[in-house]
Amino acid sequence: MSEILLRTANLRFGYPQRRSLFGKAAEREVIKGVDIAVPRGSVLGLVGESGSGKTTLGRLLVRLLKPTSGHIQFDGVEIGELDDAALRPLRARIQMIFQDPQSSLNPRLRLGTTLTRPLSAYGRLRGKQDRRARAAALLSLVGLPVEFADRYPNELSGGQRQRAGIARALALEPDFIVADEIVSGLDVSTQAHILLLLKELRARLGLTMVFISHDLSLVRVLCDDVAILYHGEVVEYGPVARVFASPQHAYTRQLLAAIPLPDVEPGWLDDSPPVVKPQPQGSAA
Amino acid sequence: MTAALAIDNLRISIGAANVLRGVSLEVEAGEVRGLVGESGAGKSMLGRAVLGLLPANAAIMSGHIAFEGRDLLQMREAERRKLLGRRIALIPQDPMTSLNPVKRIGAQIGNLLRHHLKLSKRAALQRATELLTEVAIREPQRVLSLYPHEISGGMRQRVLIAMAFACDPALVIADEPTTALDVTVQRQVLQLVERLRLRHGSAVLFITHDLGVVAKICRSMTVLHAGRVLEEGDTAEVLAHPRHAYTRALLAATPRADRPAETLRPVPPALIAQLWSEAHRLDLLDTARSA
Repeated sequence: MSEILLRTANLRFGYPQRRSLFGKAAEREVIKGVDIAVPRGSVLGLVGESGSGKTTLGRLLVRLLKPTSGHIQFDGVEIGELDDAALRPLRARIQMIFQDPQSSLNPRLRLGTTLTRPLSAYGRLRGKQDRRARAAALLSLVGLPVEFADRYPNELSGGQRQRAGIARALALEPDFIVADEIVSGLDVSTQAHILLLLKELRARLGLTMVFISHDLSLVRVLCDDVAILYHGEVVEYGPVARVFASPQHAYTRQLLAAIPLPDVEPGWLDDSPPVVKPQPQGSAA
Repeated sequence: MTAALAIDNLRISIGAANVLRGVSLEVEAGEVRGLVGESGAGKSMLGRAVLGLLPANAAIMSGHIAFEGRDLLQMREAERRKLLGRRIALIPQDPMTSLNPVKRIGAQIGNLLRHHLKLSKRAALQRATELLTEVAIREPQRVLSLYPHEISGGMRQRVLIAMAFACDPALVIADEPTTALDVTVQRQVLQLVERLRLRHGSAVLFITHDLGVVAKICRSMTVLHAGRVLEEGDTAEVLAHPRHAYTRALLAATPRADRPAETLRPVPPALIAQLWSEAHRLDLLDTARSA
């Protein structure tokens, strides 16, 4: 049994609703008691459709959000309640890769600066020479030419920008990374390259990851375990091989059946199974 | 039988860059043809050329676009406009930005029907209700009175599909209509397009980057890269026995939920580089020929 790096217990989160003048602020609960455990060195796929709460859960795990209640344990330390100052040393070990590198890379900074900024923030740079060397090392780690240190984000293709996003997340040599829909905007050919890059980095650096996606086929490529999130709850959780071979929950089966495989399959468009969908709360949108 | 759409040797440039390098394709009446390609392949540009919606800086260098046997490019503007939205319709990619945010759904569908079919206000309302029912919207009357932001993304896409088929078009250009949707909603939307195109007898040019979607809804397909057709044929045949290396590479790079991870093969960058250099070599030959 391998050691658990990250564990949540009965994790809950609600976004505050508008409050009436004297009333207590109501909350719209979007994470409803989630229990997951990520063994060190493994990758957990977190799958759900829009509104399932998968991005919110990802943000809780890296403590960009504070849980309403419940526990998040990272490497044996309870981090759910920690304040910013107490979190600071841990932040270097927990990183996030965002969906849209176009908007998460500063357009006015050269890549070299963006990549090494986390290092200088943590006082881990020794002068200009060191900065250049570190930037070069990070770029080659993700398969980008070292000359890219002098480029701006808009000079890169979508796939190259996502590689840069990954490099930045790796700058502080974290042990845990949350990747939120990081290949969904990419072309098929680029997507496969990024997936295999993550696979390789994980093996090389012994990373532990949570890979958030709406696409089960991607999860199959990269993940050891998968958790299916539906309406803020984990409805199915287990090793990827088991979940794909014999999905237990009706919603998982429905998700799998809805993926159009690139094979001609007469009848796929005929039957209209009744769709179980998370009920949107509040607005109709 | 005349094809619903016959594109012959279409060349389009934006400034000095060639976007379409002599594309030919046909969509038979009542058929669904998939147009597959990655970003930059020129697939959306082709759709926009058919609809007469090319950006101002794009120029058609040569070629023909025949709709039911008549060349759209030779037609008077007024004549062409009469076809658009009525005989040739569009299902756009982005349901968020394709509806007018400050007009109720009912007014938007109503305007379309009154403009193209010259229906009275009352008849238009009646028809709009029927159309929404046809796309499986449960309370059509209520939805007609709502603004686009008050309904979900999947429902907005249904409204746009209803509008596309409203005037029994002979040809529908579907430009990545399910790319922004969740898989379960995508399946419903694909089922809907299939049902409506059968009922209205429309041909569909289905633009997508997703080979899975093509496999499910298109009888024939055309693979586009760098503005060139690399392969075309019957969907079942192309997917089972792809002839072009690029088609094979795309298939191998598509993650499959039914296969183990080890089968995934990214597209070799050398192949992409080779395809682009072929395209550029063709450009040089063209320039030499026309000089």
